[in-house]
Amino acid sequence: MLALIPLFPLLGFLVNAALGRRLRKTASGGLACAVMVASFVVAMLSVGELAGMAEGARVIEQTVYTWIASGDVVLDLTFRLDPLAAVMILVVTGIGALIHIYSTAYMHEETDGEYARYFSYLNLFAAFMLVLVLGGNFLVLFVGWEGVGLCSYLLIGFWFTKTSAADAGKKAFVVNRIGDYAFVLGMLFLLVRFGTLDFQRLASVVAALPPEAGAFGAISVATLLLFIGATGKSAQIPLYTWLPDAMEGPTPVSALIHAATMVTAGVYMIGRNAVLFSHAPGTLLIVAIVGAVTALMAGTIGLVQNDIKRVLAYSTVSQLGLMFLAMGMGAFGAGIFHLYTHAFFKALLFLGSGAVIHALHGEQDIRRMGGLKRLLPVTYWTFLIGSLAIAGVPFLSGFFSKDEILYETFAAGHWILWTVAAVTSLLTATYMFRLVCLTFHGERREASSPAPSHAAASHLHDAPPAMALALVVLAVGSALAGYAGVPHALGGTNPLGAWLAPSFRAPGANPVAELAEGSGAAGLELTLMAVSSAIAIGGIALAATVWLRRRQLADAVAARVPGLYRLLLNKYYVDELYDAAVVTPIRVGSAEGLWRGVDVAVIDGAVNGTASLVAAGSGALRRIQTGSVRAYAGSMFIGVVVILGYYLWR
Amino acid sequence: MDGWLGVIIMIALGVGFAAVMIGLSLLLGPHNPTPEKLAPYECGMPAVGSARERHSVKFYLVAMIFLLFDIEVAFLYPWAVALRDLGWAGFVQLVTFFLILSVGYVYVWRKGVLDWGPAARAGRHAARRAA
Amino acid sequence: MFSSGIDAVVPMLCVTLAALAVMGAEAFRARGEQLPLGGLGVVGLVGAAISAVLLWNRNAVSFGVVVADNFGLFVTLVLLLVALLTIMFSSTVVRRDGLPAGEYYALVLFATAGMIMMATANDLLVVFIALEILSIAVYVLTGIRRDDSRAIEAAFKYFLLGAFSSAFFLYGIAFTYGLAGSTRLDRVGTYMAAQSMSGNPLILVALGLLLVGFAFKISAVPFHMWTPDAYEGAPAVVTGFMSTGVKAAAFAAFARVFLSVFEPFSGEWAPLVWLLAAATMILGTVVGVAQSNLKRMLAYSSIAHGGYLLVGLVAANQVGKAAILFYLLAYAVTNLAAFGVIALLGTREAANDELRDYAGLWHTRPALAALMTVCLLSLGGLPPTAGFIGKWYIFSAAVSAGYYGLAVIGVLTSVVSVFFYLRVVVMMYMTDRPAAIAPPPVSAVAMAALVASIAAIIALGILPTPVLDFAAQSIATIF
Repeated sequence: MLALIPLFPLLGFLVNAALGRRLRKTASGGLACAVMVASFVVAMLSVGELAGMAEGARVIEQTVYTWIASGDVVLDLTFRLDPLAAVMILVVTGIGALIHIYSTAYMHEETDGEYARYFSYLNLFAAFMLVLVLGGNFLVLFVGWEGVGLCSYLLIGFWFTKTSAADAGKKAFVVNRIGDYAFVLGMLFLLVRFGTLDFQRLASVVAALPPEAGAFGAISVATLLLFIGATGKSAQIPLYTWLPDAMEGPTPVSALIHAATMVTAGVYMIGRNAVLFSHAPGTLLIVAIVGAVTALMAGTIGLVQNDIKRVLAYSTVSQLGLMFLAMGMGAFGAGIFHLYTHAFFKALLFLGSGAVIHALHGEQDIRRMGGLKRLLPVTYWTFLIGSLAIAGVPFLSGFFSKDEILYETFAAGHWILWTVAAVTSLLTATYMFRLVCLTFHGERREASSPAPSHAAASHLHDAPPAMALALVVLAVGSALAGYAGVPHALGGTNPLGAWLAPSFRAPGANPVAELAEGSGAAGLELTLMAVSSAIAIGGIALAATVWLRRRQLADAVAARVPGLYRLLLNKYYVDELYDAAVVTPIRVGSAEGLWRGVDVAVIDGAVNGTASLVAAGSGALRRIQTGSVRAYAGSMFIGVVVILGYYLWR
Repeated sequence: MDGWLGVIIMIALGVGFAAVMIGLSLLLGPHNPTPEKLAPYECGMPAVGSARERHSVKFYLVAMIFLLFDIEVAFLYPWAVALRDLGWAGFVQLVTFFLILSVGYVYVWRKGVLDWGPAARAGRHAARRAA
Repeated sequence: MFSSGIDAVVPMLCVTLAALAVMGAEAFRARGEQLPLGGLGVVGLVGAAISAVLLWNRNAVSFGVVVADNFGLFVTLVLLLVALLTIMFSSTVVRRDGLPAGEYYALVLFATAGMIMMATANDLLVVFIALEILSIAVYVLTGIRRDDSRAIEAAFKYFLLGAFSSAFFLYGIAFTYGLAGSTRLDRVGTYMAAQSMSGNPLILVALGLLLVGFAFKISAVPFHMWTPDAYEGAPAVVTGFMSTGVKAAAFAAFARVFLSVFEPFSGEWAPLVWLLAAATMILGTVVGVAQSNLKRMLAYSSIAHGGYLLVGLVAANQVGKAAILFYLLAYAVTNLAAFGVIALLGTREAANDELRDYAGLWHTRPALAALMTVCLLSLGGLPPTAGFIGKWYIFSAAVSAGYYGLAVIGVLTSVVSVFFYLRVVVMMYMTDRPAAIAPPPVSAVAMAALVASIAAIIALGILPTPVLDFAAQSIATIF
């Protein structure tokens, strides 16, 4: 039955890809939504079945067949549903279905063919994402991993007539390849070291080994390679630069792929291999530091961006950083909890921004928005709920999950990282409410936009029903999702944490008595909660003051520290740095060095000669040919001499 | 090493002899070249045009086909010598070999490679135009 | 010895007879008469395939110099598949470009016969004869478009350099004969096993010269220089045929000679092949990135794929050997289909093989674009395609044999290579068609061949185990 979950979207993809150009929009869009809903229903049934099992034995496994058997290494095509995967499939199918429904309205202006192409990509993405999540071993996960990357690439570049969109797609792809490279090496390394790629078997094998404290051994190397792969997919330092550019894709894509699901794959992968990573404390510390630094860096950049989607993109990078921080602290449950709440409110925020952009006919610059509160009420209220949730205002979902991360970090004694995370929370609240204030409050500033027809306020329409439905459902989710993990300190039982806990243990291992510790430090937790609530509310107040009451203050601050402002606006010049340090040398090396130097000089000299040689007749033909063939033969001869020389004069 | 000594001496002698001869003639011979002396084949006829004249492609075709079928005879000879030892198996193999070659021969013939001269070619061109 | 049966050569005979029949039919063809010459060839190929299947597990030996062991038969079947697909793609192309049909099909079949001979040869001289049979046929096929100066140039270069490399190969055989007193692989193998401790430098010279000969045929760096020119100049179908068939046959012989006969000296040749593999993968990939002509790009890509195969050869463990066979099959089907698409998009006037000619192909020929995409993804080694399984298999063989460096280079280059394969995909899907270039219609036969190859690519990616087992079994018979 598990195989059905990814199979439904795959079917949708096949039908839409094969027949899409002949289908009407209602047919292709309806089909795409229907398969997602079907997939969601199956996922619900499967999770229901899982919940009915005894705690600690909650695993549903389906081996479709033996995929690769070579020697003593057997790799099955296995789908495995455990508590962790259960959370993920519900997020992917549930939020995925909502975003599909939202897209039917958002993409309505496309032609029939393009519409079907969009939905076929989106379905294919969902299929691969579900394979990624349900995969029972690294190789199956990798299939999904590569597949979602490919779909993301296709969807970012969906509006390929925009050069920036095509470039962004390419960038996402190239950056992700670097991560994939490390990921494959990590997999090969694990396979050789442990002889298996199955998650459960790996966990059992590794659990028997002592943690590699102090030393940097095989597990540390392998996990570090895997983590580099995760930084690519989940947009962490140093491979995060593609995500903000990826906002060139359609907004629902940003919501689904670049906020709720695909970019969390790296976090999920670490959670999936919690046992493995726990045995590599060195790697975990690196994960935590990278996560914290990314969170802070992206948060500061988000503070000054003017494109509504880019602010959200940097916010995503920042929140992903917090998740990695939690993973690095060994608080896998907290990381996944935040992943789960983040999926709701970030998808909501993206869809809300999409509704704004849709209403303003493609306007994305928040400096030309403002005063939309009354014109777009549904969008405004849902967006506000999302913003409050992400800011960490008490008793909304983000509050619980972010607090858990902060608490775990503090409890682990890493107060520097805790400070970084706390500052990030402040930044989060500030830039989110800067966004809210500039977009929805104040007076309309759109009149300055060059297209006068858009200026008429009556022209604006709030989200159409399909979009409103998705917004409202996600808003409810953003408000309430956190109650799955109310901590003990607040009198809750943290059911999500308890549900997830078996997934982070080696199969068959006994639960460690760590939950008791949580209740022991309730006082500390409550204090920290108060601090972070204060931070959230303080951030919101700060944003309201600066960008609502006294706008000149923001400009004054920016003018006071122009260097810093420019640094942030230009995103720390990381793109430029990469361009100068990596991209240009490679391009020059490939085009000028090896190709031009070795092969063009020798080979293309002859081929480019072809055109002229037709004109110049056989005389020239003979001359050019003998010349270059001599060079080829010369190269071969040198090869022979080297080989024989190697043997004779070793 | 012993067995190779003779070979090495032989090579040295051969190279050395050639080198000495060329060197001596360079050193001792008088050098006063004239255009007549430099012209190829000093036999009274003035050189006209390049020696690298184009031949009809037919010439090469027939030469190559001759070469191919000539080799055929070369295979025939050792078979004739060992006729009795090889017996029927050898006979069958050789006949197979001949059959394969004769398909090639028929092909070459039908394709008109053996038609020599402008008359035959003109006739074929006419036939092609008619078709 | 001579009276032993002819069983082992039956597949080769079938193909040869078909070739002769095609030649005969061509000779007696009336002017302008259309004959199903390709169909005649297909009959021969199917007959050969049936005989190859019947020979399975029988280890037939004919004349002491041709062995139909399972390894040879596996490669034979791959080669027959290559030839079959080539002929199916060709029907359209031969008619469109006005190629001489009889000669074309006969040459393809003769080349196939030579390849089969090479894969099943058990004697260095037979390897050499097979090499020449297939090479000469392929040289002519490269230049079969006599009105195209590029093709002529390519054929001429290929021929000259091929002759050059054959000389080295023959020289290596001569050294081997001088040492071992025989060219039969089993006897040479016995000699080498006895001499493994002697450190005779002449053995290494023989080894090196044979290595050069094989390296040329599989276009390993630095013996690759002919490849881009020849592949670009030849008609796309022929390029597909030679980039897969010749490579498969040469690799079969390479593996047979080096993994059995020269196995005792693997400590001597493995480092060299390591270097060749690394250089081949790197150069093929890096230079491929900068290409704007699709055929030339795929030429460099096929150089790089030769490098991956060399990795399997270096690894030389049980997995590596089976990986070579699997990879040969996966690569053959994929590359052939890719070149098939290129061939089918060309017209008589324009080859349409520049990258920009593929702009917006999805809008005009969605089916071809989709099929090409699958090919390119498989060449790039993305799951779940045949190419992914092949690469995974090769690299895990390399890692388990302890060749971490090669695996690192291999994974890196395959990651980079996806970049240029994806460029074509971007061109096809994400660009508007600049001018309405009407692509020619595609015949049903060619389309069937394409769809079959794509089905095979996906099937090999999703259900590789039967073929993997098959490959592992066939490798077990000889090494």
